[in-house]
Amino acid sequence: MADEKKHIFDNPKNIQRVLYGLFGSLILLLALEPFVEKHPYFPWENWPGFYAIFGFVACVLLVLAAKYILRPLVKRDEDYYDD
Amino acid sequence: MIDLLPPAFIFIFGALLIPLLPGRIKSVYMLMLPVLSFFYLVNMPPESAWQVDFLGFDLVPFKVDRLSLLFAYIYHLISLIGIIYTMNLKSDLEKVSSLVYAGSALGVVFAGDLFSFFVFWEMLTVSALSLIWARRTKASQAAGFRYLMVHVFGGLVLLAGIIMYVNEQQSIALGYIGLSSPATYLIFMGMGINAAWPFVHTWLTDSYPEATIGGAVFLSAFTTKTAVYALARTFPGTEMLIWIGAAMTAFPIFFAVIENDLRRVLSYSLINQVGFMMVGIGIGTELAINGTAAHAFAHILYKSLLFMSMGAVIFRTGKIKATDLGGLYKSMPWTALFCIIGAASISAFPLTSGFVSKSMVLDAAAHGHMAIVWLALLFASAGVFHHSGIKIPFFAFFSHDAGFRVKEAPANMLIAMGIAAFLCIFIGVYPQFLYSILPYPVDFVPYTLPHVSGQMQLLMFSALAFTLLLRAGIYPAEIRAINLDSDLIYRKGGRLFYILADKLFNGLNQVAELVFIKGLTGTITRFAQNGPAHLANLVMTPIWLITLDQEQRQKEKALLYRNFSTGTMGLAIMAVFVSLFIGLIFVLSF
Repeated sequence: MADEKKHIFDNPKNIQRVLYGLFGSLILLLALEPFVEKHPYFPWENWPGFYAIFGFVACVLLVLAAKYILRPLVKRDEDYYDD
Repeated sequence: MIDLLPPAFIFIFGALLIPLLPGRIKSVYMLMLPVLSFFYLVNMPPESAWQVDFLGFDLVPFKVDRLSLLFAYIYHLISLIGIIYTMNLKSDLEKVSSLVYAGSALGVVFAGDLFSFFVFWEMLTVSALSLIWARRTKASQAAGFRYLMVHVFGGLVLLAGIIMYVNEQQSIALGYIGLSSPATYLIFMGMGINAAWPFVHTWLTDSYPEATIGGAVFLSAFTTKTAVYALARTFPGTEMLIWIGAAMTAFPIFFAVIENDLRRVLSYSLINQVGFMMVGIGIGTELAINGTAAHAFAHILYKSLLFMSMGAVIFRTGKIKATDLGGLYKSMPWTALFCIIGAASISAFPLTSGFVSKSMVLDAAAHGHMAIVWLALLFASAGVFHHSGIKIPFFAFFSHDAGFRVKEAPANMLIAMGIAAFLCIFIGVYPQFLYSILPYPVDFVPYTLPHVSGQMQLLMFSALAFTLLLRAGIYPAEIRAINLDSDLIYRKGGRLFYILADKLFNGLNQVAELVFIKGLTGTITRFAQNGPAHLANLVMTPIWLITLDQEQRQKEKALLYRNFSTGTMGLAIMAVFVSLFIGLIFVLSF
């Protein structure tokens, strides 16, 4: 596949660019938050970065729970039900 | 022209002609059906109804209101998209079934009485079955059977409830039911099985990934959403639904994270999305019911879009497991783009349809000050982005290159995906289009600054979590394995039942054989053979004791037994017996 056309993510620089874009947007979102006038239903919505922290923590907990608790309990061979 | 032609009839009877038509005419004809039906529907006077008297009951096979219209619009739309998508697939069985299936769903949403409702409800199950079986694999056959068993059970529960309810009410009209008597609980449960409630959800995650490429697109749209419609019609404001829904949004995402089959990941996220709708029905306010209806509409579009993109991947590569895929953006860039749009919509990114619909349900929960439910829904929103939003496109189209150099999806599939993708964005940018057809007047503004900023933070930091976990090697690697779910109870449980039944009944059989055939029969036979000789011996012994000595007694006894076995008794002995017998009768008769 040496003569195959180079695709966008074959170049590691482009992956770097996507990551920088992600990190940049995170900083931007946090920087803009103080200028947003909030209309909260719940008190915790007023905490700075509540949604950011919630999203991050929720996903980390989700993955850890799925990987270390659920998977050992439910993982079986693909032919588990065949016999 | 006929004034009132219910869409269900156009779809179902129209479908029956499909096998008779040749090639291109067939495709044109199939595209015409939903368009024609839609034309009839929009030109119908509002609040139309069709009533027939049947055995003293008022059958209303067709009744229109805003809630049923909204579901009918999206069913027409997705049928049209589905027909375009499956145009290049050859199976007539599939084409007929998918239209009968869509027609049955339309029948359910327009049914004005419980009888018609139940008939269409069951037709939905039967026609769905052939979309699973048409894959013609061993796995799809087995999954189809399990699908049938679960739905037959659910149908019977529903039927029992309906019969009891009609008996209570003395009317078959379909309207608000609400939980009160045992009958209403049975109806609630019967509908819940079709809505894939926790523990009875496995028919969905079991069978949809085994369905045909086009079948899964249709299946993902109709069965659960028809149950959503039914519950919104009959059980709005039932508090139990809030908790059922919250559980549905949360638990499937854990399974989705570790699942390898990408269409099964989509099936789990389907349950998660229906959970939002359940919460909306449970809250039951105008905002919440609007949210449920809007979310059903938006969900059908982006979920079928995701199933279409995965179907295109199967169509070109024959693979669907994350372990087999990767790097497909190189050969299927358009499919990848449409998949990403679907993924962004299900994740509720601003400017996509999921954002304008899901936020209504979350706001309805917040309005009701339901903090726990709201937090659960927020957790589920972050989670769904994690597995449907990132995992599906990432493992199929990016990740490590699995080396597939295939053609882009066929043109008709791209057109179907393109229409769905366009609508996902159109509704996101111009939500008034969707809001104008909701059941209640809408007083809801999705695009406020705090709302957009909060949602973007939630999603982007979820993406950060994914990126960091993946880079750190903590993200669970895709493994060739399956994950147990509650269908274990009937898949292995069925086998356990079989073994138990085998041991119990075959054991009983063996005991019976030992006792009756070998034991008792032998005893009776031996008795029949030797009994008379024993009896005679018993009678004669006292006489011989008096008249004969030891040696002669032995000889007479041996002779007696021999004579009995050959049937040649001495006449004298017979005479003795006869006289004894007569004497005995004589004595007893006094």
